[in-house]
Amino acid sequence: MPEKEIKKEGLLDLYYRMVLIRRFEERVNELYMQGLIPSTLHLYIGQEAVAVGVCADLKDSDYLLSTHRPHGHAIAKGVDIKDIMAELYGKATGCCKGKGGSMHVGNMKVGMLPAIAIVGGNVPIAAGCALAQKMQKDGGVTVCFSGDGASNEGAWHESLNAAAIYDLPVVFITENNLYAASTPFHLTFKIESVADRSCAYGLPGVVVDGNDVLAVHEAASKAIVRARKGEGPTLLECKTYRQCGHSRSDPRGYRTREEEQEWLKKDPIPRFEVWLKQNGKADEEELTELREHVEREIDAAIEFAESSPLPEPADVYTDVFME
Amino acid sequence: MAMMSIAEALREGIREEMRRDERVFCIGEDIGIEGGFGGAFTVTLNLSEEFGHERIIDTPISEIALSGMAIGAAVAGMRPIADVQYGDFLFCMMDQLVNEAPKLRYMSGGQVSVPMVMRAPVGSTRRGAQHAQCLEGFFTHVPGLKVVAPSTAYDAKGLLKSAVRDGNPVLIFEHKLLYGAKGSRIEKGALSPIGEVPEEEYLVPIGKGIVRRNGTAATLVAIHRMLYTSLSAADRLAEKGVEVEVIDPRSLVPLDKELIFESLRKTGRLVIVEEDNLTNGWGAEVAALAADEVFEYLDAPIKRVASPDVPPPFAPILEAEYLPNENKVIAAVESIL
Repeated sequence: MPEKEIKKEGLLDLYYRMVLIRRFEERVNELYMQGLIPSTLHLYIGQEAVAVGVCADLKDSDYLLSTHRPHGHAIAKGVDIKDIMAELYGKATGCCKGKGGSMHVGNMKVGMLPAIAIVGGNVPIAAGCALAQKMQKDGGVTVCFSGDGASNEGAWHESLNAAAIYDLPVVFITENNLYAASTPFHLTFKIESVADRSCAYGLPGVVVDGNDVLAVHEAASKAIVRARKGEGPTLLECKTYRQCGHSRSDPRGYRTREEEQEWLKKDPIPRFEVWLKQNGKADEEELTELREHVEREIDAAIEFAESSPLPEPADVYTDVFME
Repeated sequence: MAMMSIAEALREGIREEMRRDERVFCIGEDIGIEGGFGGAFTVTLNLSEEFGHERIIDTPISEIALSGMAIGAAVAGMRPIADVQYGDFLFCMMDQLVNEAPKLRYMSGGQVSVPMVMRAPVGSTRRGAQHAQCLEGFFTHVPGLKVVAPSTAYDAKGLLKSAVRDGNPVLIFEHKLLYGAKGSRIEKGALSPIGEVPEEEYLVPIGKGIVRRNGTAATLVAIHRMLYTSLSAADRLAEKGVEVEVIDPRSLVPLDKELIFESLRKTGRLVIVEEDNLTNGWGAEVAALAADEVFEYLDAPIKRVASPDVPPPFAPILEAEYLPNENKVIAAVESIL
């Protein structure tokens, strides 16, 4: 693993955020199975190193554009898990007042736009946020997550080209988790890596091990610095694996259990634990303490969501237009 | 008072808003290139000389990117005026205009606003099926979008300025034969109405219609070219002693339905004239609202004069058959007197 200069607290925060996302998703899945969450879910399990590594250097004033699989991005960007949990429950206290749901979580106070669940639909909007940041000259940067599948959308290609010609301060993250819903990567790409497409638009394309949080962080930091300096966008492809099915109605019949076992060996969280211990950055006691803290935080989020009021039926009519 | 074409009035409106508020900028295809067109119908001609290419932004031929960038910039605090060359190209950006711009506020629980203006030329002008359609009906159906359709220079400038200051996405439909584009961009058969535009600042509020002609025999509701067709038909009907009222709604969402109802309480007869094809157009909604809310005042069936449900044709003889005209409007009125 490469190591950028990160202090111990920073390293432990990366670990803490990854575990928070993992356990949030696992607990949410249990709640879903109990019938407590009324929507479908697209779980982020297995991809935690991408969101956490990318977001570590972002400020609240920077923008993040997400997808139909947004919980991990939201947590990494700093959206309170109480607000996300309440949103999943469809409660009035949710981050979108119960009007968004799982696929649209966001909180503008920490720079996360409502997640956009049309594949590729978020990419031109990210370019627009970055255009505003460039015009406002505030040094802000926009980060846009999308999957490998999105890079076959016209919106993705139009947006990368536009971002490149205007030198926009945006970092396009491709989370290549090898499957667009059920369709394997190799059936819809004639190339090895999505990042190979960057040369067509004249922006740097970088490939990184998306299950290595330090590698992701280092690559993302470089791209973010480049964007802040006005040098333009970067396409950063993080090779990773979606450990769960596409959504809650996916028994994963299109891939083998053996393949899944191989990828579990590269699970980003145990990998980072080993690294932390081997490099003397943390011992088991410290990590256990962090994990226990995560459980308590999720307990509190569930308690908050369950005890929160439902929206009023009349709320359906509000928030359509700005008055 | 200055006398201006609609293109000139829009250009002045954009210029004033850009001078007033540094967040306002234009984005579109062929809008600011030196030696270029200044937009397909000259609305942004020479604006880049004053505001530079940082605020008059020419994009690649990428309708998804240009609309999405306008939306993203609006969310991030800017006031974009986006320009599409022909309204028909709005279909290339449909996800952005239907799934994104009008839904972001709602699905975020009111956290974001999208103060974006999208200007789109419409109308059949001997260009065949793909540069001709009137699209108002597609977009009046979308919750979260405002839709306006100015037909005079005064309204074009005043509505554009209101749209720029509105906190919501606003689509401005403009008719190709009404712009008054000049030089090499002149349109054959254009009406190009020249109208008075005040020197001083003014706004035309979104959601307010206007009575263009007073009458008692029937109420005609029309926008754009069909407004002028309806006014001409009204003149000819007046020669026969039939005085009809002509209403220009100016905004389709929100619709000034009370102005239409007020007229219907007087006339009891409604004819809606639209250039769009008949089925599910905005005129169908006006008819439904009238039937629902002022039925007791109606003395005759509601009539719609519209293009038939076929794609816009090319050959002038076919286009003439396709479009509503004065004779069709007069026949519709006379059929319910």
